[in-house]
Amino acid sequence: MKNALATGLLGLSLMAAGPAAAEPVKIGVITTLSGGGAGLGIDMRDAFTLAIEQSGNKDIELVIEDDARKPELAVQIAQKMIQSDKVDLMTGIIWSNLAMAVVPNAVAQDVIYLSPNAGPSALAGPNCHPNYFNVAYQNDNFHEAMGQYANQDYKKTFILAPNYPAGKDSLTGFKRFYKGEIAGEVYTKVGQTDYAAEIAQIRASGADSVFFFLPGGMGIAFLKQYAQSGVDIPIMGPAFSFSQDILPAVGDAALGIRNSATWAKDLDNEANHKFVEAFQAKYGRLPSVYAAQSWDTANLILSALSKASVKDKEAFRAALKEADFESVRGKFSFNTNNHPIQDIYIREVVKEGDVLTNRIVAKAFTDHKDAYAQQCNM
Amino acid sequence: MSIALLIEQLLNGLQLGVMLFLMAAGLTLIFGVMGLINLAHGSLYMIGAFACAIVATATGSFWIGLAASLAAAAAAGAIMEITVIRRLYERDHLDQVLATFALILIFSEGTRWLFGSFPLYLDIPPALQGAVPLPGGGQYQLYRLAIIGVGVAVAVGLYLLIARTRLGMRIRAGESDREMIAALGVDISTLYTVVFALGAALAGLAGALVGALQSVQVGMGEPVLILAFVVIVIGGIGSIKGALFGAVLVGVVDTMGRFLLPQALTLMLAPSQAALVGGALASMLIYIVMALILAFRPSGLFSAQS
Repeated sequence: MKNALATGLLGLSLMAAGPAAAEPVKIGVITTLSGGGAGLGIDMRDAFTLAIEQSGNKDIELVIEDDARKPELAVQIAQKMIQSDKVDLMTGIIWSNLAMAVVPNAVAQDVIYLSPNAGPSALAGPNCHPNYFNVAYQNDNFHEAMGQYANQDYKKTFILAPNYPAGKDSLTGFKRFYKGEIAGEVYTKVGQTDYAAEIAQIRASGADSVFFFLPGGMGIAFLKQYAQSGVDIPIMGPAFSFSQDILPAVGDAALGIRNSATWAKDLDNEANHKFVEAFQAKYGRLPSVYAAQSWDTANLILSALSKASVKDKEAFRAALKEADFESVRGKFSFNTNNHPIQDIYIREVVKEGDVLTNRIVAKAFTDHKDAYAQQCNM
Repeated sequence: MSIALLIEQLLNGLQLGVMLFLMAAGLTLIFGVMGLINLAHGSLYMIGAFACAIVATATGSFWIGLAASLAAAAAAGAIMEITVIRRLYERDHLDQVLATFALILIFSEGTRWLFGSFPLYLDIPPALQGAVPLPGGGQYQLYRLAIIGVGVAVAVGLYLLIARTRLGMRIRAGESDREMIAALGVDISTLYTVVFALGAALAGLAGALVGALQSVQVGMGEPVLILAFVVIVIGGIGSIKGALFGAVLVGVVDTMGRFLLPQALTLMLAPSQAALVGGALASMLIYIVMALILAFRPSGLFSAQS
C-alpha cells in the first residue's frame, strides 16, 4: 500500500514537472526479449516503459519488438519501424553487433537513435553522427575503470571476452589503463556456454588475476564453471559480468568479486532512490545496470520533449544534448561525440539477507570521457 | 604447454563430446526408426534442465532433480509424440521441420510464461564437487569426469539394448522395414512412442547434467541442437555408433581448436591479433571438418542406410 502510494505520488510529481507535448510521439524499441540475452532486454524494456508510464505523458506511443539477439532480425525490424511505423525516435538495442547493423543505417535516414546500452567504438570516433546519442557509455569505459583499479593489486592478468565488437572494445579498454603484464588473451564465441578449455588455460597461465567480460548467460556459465573448477586466481570484470540479472543464477560463487560500473542501487541521489523503489514496487525484483541506463534514456527523451518538438530535429537534438534530466547516476553530461561524461565506480558483490547484489566500494574515475571523442568531427 | 594441460583439454573435449552424444543419440534414433526430423529435440533438453533445477531447488537434492528431469523429458516426449508427431510420419520432411519448429516456439514461450526469462539456479551435487589429480601434475573436475562416465554408461546401455533385447530387435527391424514389422503384428505405434520417449529422456538427462555447469534458461537447447545435427550428419544419420564417434570427434576438435589455434597463430601474428583470428577460426572449425567429411563420405562415417 505504502509503495503504491509512493509510486502514485512519484507519478504525479513527474507529471507536474514538464508540460505534456500535444503531438503524438512514436518511439521504436528494438531489444532482446527471447533467447540467451533475454534477461538484459527485459530489464531494458521494463525500466523504459515504467519511466514513460510514470511521466504520465499520454502522447508517447511505444513500438516494442524482439530482436532475439540476431543482427539480421534487428535490421528488418528497424526498416519496418522507420518505413511503415514512421517512428520519430529509436532505442533499445543491447548488443553491439546489433547496434552496428542497425544504427548507422537508421541515423542516415534522419531517425534519432538513443542507445541505452551498446556503445561500439566505431560509432564514437570518426563515424559519430548528430542523430546518434549514447546514454549508457562508450564500450571501453567500464573496462578502462577496471584496468585502472587492477593496477593497485595485480601484476599479471589473464583477459577474456567474446568475439564481437563490444568484446574487442572491452579488452582494448582494459589494456589502455592496465600497467601490468597480460598473461593471456582469449576471445570466445558469442553465446558460448562451456568454458572448460579457457579455464584450463587460465590455470596453466601463471596469472595473478583474471579479467573477464561475459554478459548474460555467458557470464553465468563462466562464473559457475570457474567456481567449480577449483582455480583460485582472483577474478574481476565489468558490471555486465556481475549484473543483477546474473547474480541469482550464479549464487554465492560471485560473493566478494569487484566489478566496475557507472551505477549501483546504493548510489546516493534522489533520482536513484525513486527509480529503485518504483522498479521494485512494479516488478518485484531489483533493477540491473541495464534497467538504470534505460530509465535514464527514457527520462532524457522526456526532458527533451518538454523543450522541443520531435518534428523539429535540429531543436530536438539540441534539447537532448543539454541532458537536462535527473540521472540515476548523479552527474551526467554529453561529450562532443554525444557520448556520456560520467563517474565510474568499483562495486563489490554482497549479500543483503538472501539477495545477492552490488555495493559501491570505490570510485575509479571522475568525469570520465571516452578515448574516441577527438576523432569525432561534427 | 605442459602435458597436464594437454590431457585436461583432451578430457574437456571428451566431456563435450559425451554430452553431445546424449543429444545426438536420441535424435539419430528417432530419425533412423521413424524417419522424422525433430527440431524440438533441444526443447526436451531445456525441459530436462528446468525440471532438474526446479525439483533440486524444492527438495534440496540434485539426484531427485536428475530423476525428475528424466521423467519430465520422457513424459513430454511421449505426449509430444502422441499428440503431434504421430501425424507427421507420413508427411515429407518439410512439414516435419515446420511442425517441430512450431513446437520449439511453443515450448520456449510456455517455459518463459511459467518460469520467466531470468536464468534459474542449479549447482552440482556436493558429492561430485572438487577435483581429482591427473598424471603430469594437473587436476580435473570430478563432475566433468562423472559426465564422461554417464555418457560411456549410456553408450554401453544403448548398445546392449539395441543388440541384445527384444525391444532393440524391434527397433532395428523398424529401421530396416517399417511396413514389414507392422505386418508381423508388432504394435508399431507403441514402439514409436517408446523410442521417442527414450530419445527425449536422453536429451533431458543431458540438459540436467549440463544445466548444473551452465545457465538454465529459455532457449538453451537450440545451440546444442545445431551441434547435435552436425554430429549426426558427420556420424551418418540413423547410426548410434556414428553418433558416438561423431560426438567425440566434434567435442575434441572444437575444444582443441579453441585451445590450439590462437596459440599456433601467435607464431605469425601479434598476440592480440592471433587471439581474435584464432577465436574466429576455432568457431568455424567443426563446420569445416563436417564439410570435409561430407566431401569424401557424403552419407557420413557410419551411415545406417548404406
